[in-house]
Amino acid sequence: MKLITAVIKPHRLDEVKEALQSFGVHGLTVTEASGYGRQHGHTEVYRGAEYTVDLVPKIRIEVLVADADAEQLVEIVVRAARTGKIGDGKVWSIPVDDAVRVRTGERGPDAL
Amino acid sequence: MPPGILTLADGLAAGKATLSPANTGFLLICSALVMIMTPGLAFFYGGMVRVKSVLNMLMMSFISLGIVTVLWVLYGFGLAFGSDSGGVIGWDGDFAGLSGIGLTELWGSTTVPVYVFAVFQLMFAVITPALISGALADRVKFTAWALFTALWVTVVYFPVAHWVWGEGGWLFKLGVIDFAGGTAVHINAGAAALGVLLVVGKRIGFKKDPMRPHSLPLVMLGAGLLWFGWFGFNAGSWLGNDDGVGAVAFVNTQAATAAAMLGWLAYEKLRHGAFTTLGAASGAVAGLVAITPACGAVSPLGALAVGVIAGVLCAMAVGLKYRFGYDDSLDVIGVHLVGGIAGSLLVGLFATGGVQSRAKGLFYGGGLEQLGKQAVGVLCVLLYSLVVSYLLAKAIDRVMGFRIAEDEEITGVDQAAHAETAYDLTGAGGGAMARRPTAAPAHPQGTDRGTGPDTAKKVDA
Repeated sequence: MKLITAVIKPHRLDEVKEALQSFGVHGLTVTEASGYGRQHGHTEVYRGAEYTVDLVPKIRIEVLVADADAEQLVEIVVRAARTGKIGDGKVWSIPVDDAVRVRTGERGPDAL
Repeated sequence: MPPGILTLADGLAAGKATLSPANTGFLLICSALVMIMTPGLAFFYGGMVRVKSVLNMLMMSFISLGIVTVLWVLYGFGLAFGSDSGGVIGWDGDFAGLSGIGLTELWGSTTVPVYVFAVFQLMFAVITPALISGALADRVKFTAWALFTALWVTVVYFPVAHWVWGEGGWLFKLGVIDFAGGTAVHINAGAAALGVLLVVGKRIGFKKDPMRPHSLPLVMLGAGLLWFGWFGFNAGSWLGNDDGVGAVAFVNTQAATAAAMLGWLAYEKLRHGAFTTLGAASGAVAGLVAITPACGAVSPLGALAVGVIAGVLCAMAVGLKYRFGYDDSLDVIGVHLVGGIAGSLLVGLFATGGVQSRAKGLFYGGGLEQLGKQAVGVLCVLLYSLVVSYLLAKAIDRVMGFRIAEDEEITGVDQAAHAETAYDLTGAGGGAMARRPTAAPAHPQGTDRGTGPDTAKKVDA
């Protein structure tokens, strides 16, 4: 199994979700996150005082997938999340040792 | 503001005044309008602070409704509006506890009962100390603030209200025009903010940490409530509508506020590149402050001028704290002191001589006389409030400490002072009492521990 993690622009969430669903991915976890990459935040003005806001709002998606699907799914997520502008985010995958479905107790690939 | 400042209303007083149900009802509604300004101010300020201190900011305004009301009933009204002694303070035994006042006894030469005047003026006394709190965001002890509020209204607000509006008050007799509180409310509060700041000092992280407003919608809501309530504040201050002056004050309030909002926004767009919501809200409040002393003296065109001047001036003034390094957190000085001074002095330029009194400003052929009187009023209130507020804050700081501890300030004054959190937006937690399903079939478990009411988390109540 692999865990795919994607940090993307918040407004691309629906695109990514639909792309994963049409591939047949059954579940995912979404977290509101904040951070920065090379784009390094933006500037805001309050009564003339300028603040550099480093941490930009992002969405973090986590999906557990079978080893065989991992490479293709990373590609699908990247394609769905891309706008071509700075700040599009990152996608990566890592190996996973074990997984359990809480309700039934199924383990490993059966739990996906 | 009060019983027919100089001339026009004196005509009414010439005949024996009788109780006017219309004026009485109008003024009771105005009193409620001015009351809503204090919660409005609480939201205006509360939205501007960080999440960790919003409750404290709201409470610093709200507590004034409690403390000042009680003091006003007991002795405040007597000190401010009782029989004059020496032009500096009033007292009247009948006003103590508001208990010796006849039901239909009229206030001065007006057509409204003393009771109505007393409750209308109470609302002014409530909001004035609340205005100061904006300078002290995030960092003062709530008990110290409550004590300061009680002492400050007693030795600063009640006397100054007497000087400016009391029958026989020395600024009143001098002919200073302050229709609804440019000196007594706004300069008074702004100067006090400066005095207390000199004692309390900066927030930890001032000029280094970002201190963004946590909720601009709350700020806009507060500004809207202030704007709405301000019609009672200004138009009500004529204490009646028999000669149309109150209506002019109402129109001028709207005109100046509109112009000030546009002025602030234009300045901000040119200087910083954006029309901000905070700028719109702040500009509106700056306009309301500036037209407060002037709304009974100027024409609607004059009100537009007062508004736009105040809007731009205050937008420039809020940057000064960074240059001079004083942490006027929510710009009480930049908006209320500067706006109050601007409005009070502009009366000396734009007074037409045809509304509340015959006193004319410089631009209407009245020369410099009125401007001089206005300057005296501004300076005296400013200096008195600044010095006495500084001494009061210093004394409180000596006795009990004005600031909260450093670690409390860093974690947030809401927790330290009120034992509460403003926003609980998590969906997590709870469910300890819920019946658990049977254990998973694939992995049967030995004992089924931790369910049922006997092990449920205890909530202290």
